[in-house]
Amino acid sequence: MRKLVSIILLGALAFGLVQAVKKIPFGVQKTKVGKYYVERGIEDTGSSNIVTSVVLNYRGFDTLGEVTILFAGAIALGAVLFTGKKRIEREVYPASPILSTACKFLFPLILLFGAYIFIHGHLTPGGGFQGGAIAASALLLIFLGCPGRKTDGRKTRLMESLGGIIFVLAGLLGLAYGGFFLFNFLPKGTVNNLFSAGIIPVLYIVIGFKVASEIAGILDNLFGETE
Amino acid sequence: MAIAYILIILMILCAVSVVFFKDLLNAVIALAAVSLIASVLFFLLQAPDVAMAEAAIGAALTTAIFIVAVKKTKRYENEKIS
Amino acid sequence: MIFYIGSFALVLTGLYIAAAKKNLIKIIMGLSLVDTGVNLFLISIGYIKGGTAPIFSNAAIPGKTMVDPVPQAMVLTAIVIGLAVTALALSLVIKAYYHYGTLNVRKIKELKW
Repeated sequence: MRKLVSIILLGALAFGLVQAVKKIPFGVQKTKVGKYYVERGIEDTGSSNIVTSVVLNYRGFDTLGEVTILFAGAIALGAVLFTGKKRIEREVYPASPILSTACKFLFPLILLFGAYIFIHGHLTPGGGFQGGAIAASALLLIFLGCPGRKTDGRKTRLMESLGGIIFVLAGLLGLAYGGFFLFNFLPKGTVNNLFSAGIIPVLYIVIGFKVASEIAGILDNLFGETE
Repeated sequence: MAIAYILIILMILCAVSVVFFKDLLNAVIALAAVSLIASVLFFLLQAPDVAMAEAAIGAALTTAIFIVAVKKTKRYENEKIS
Repeated sequence: MIFYIGSFALVLTGLYIAAAKKNLIKIIMGLSLVDTGVNLFLISIGYIKGGTAPIFSNAAIPGKTMVDPVPQAMVLTAIVIGLAVTALALSLVIKAYYHYGTLNVRKIKELKW
């Protein structure tokens, strides 16, 4: 009965969606703002990855809001799972030496790859969000492969707070120098160099650390044994 | 773009199989397969940034979180088997 | 056009799971499928036939056609937020399981429909 009602409702929804989407053509230029960003992006920001310049320069204020949502989600997860009791330290039986040695060998390499991605965010595909996620997956490998090891919750919280503070401070410095929030006050340099595009690499490195420590905090809260 | 048709059909098959699996671990693996194929489709649509994010987050971290949740609760969908 | 069909199939499948299933973890899997489908739809709206990825490998060459960078920037952050939202929902499910001892929506009185 429930399934029948759901299928009928979804059929009506699908009919409406098809009627709406039939008018949207596939594969043609639809907005003028995208064309403007592609044509003028390099002169305006000095970053050769246009997606990065949209995320951090044209719409940097939105990114600050999104980072705040991520922060609020991590805090709420910690508040939901907090019980007030002490964590049960279950006796861990160690993994096999092959597994733990391989994890310890791979861990710095994956961290290095994540750092490479978020440092070169303005030159190659990638950036702070992707690099932070890759660094957090290195921490996930440690959680799974080396039982008994975990991240220090106080340090990850400190790191993510520092990241947020540096982001806001960079925006306020831009306000003081150029007259609006997140103004690009550092020199732009030559395009396609590592030291170019002003404050964009700084902000992306900060976002990388922030995302990595936030996801590590989420994983630590979920893996922890309570009750 | 002939490969896009094959990938999309595979992706829809994986998504429909999430409905029918009774073992939640199988459903989690099907969900990870949907994310992985979606990241290849993002790459075909000329969005390498988004493909990288989807491969790292959708296919790796989300799967890990779901598996932890399944481990802390019950494994089968109808709880009589447990 | 096939991309639109694929993304709508994902969205409808996810909504069906969220409406008809009784297991709480499966409902959240359906919401995650809806997330992926919407992201795929936004990216396929921004695609331009014959366009390249919006990255200049050599700055001296002016851009030919490039795909629209704005949906990509939106989806990039939406994926990361989706992870946080999924983790929050799963933590609520774990707490509900500790409290009621079941994952079945019909047996939890406050969640019945």
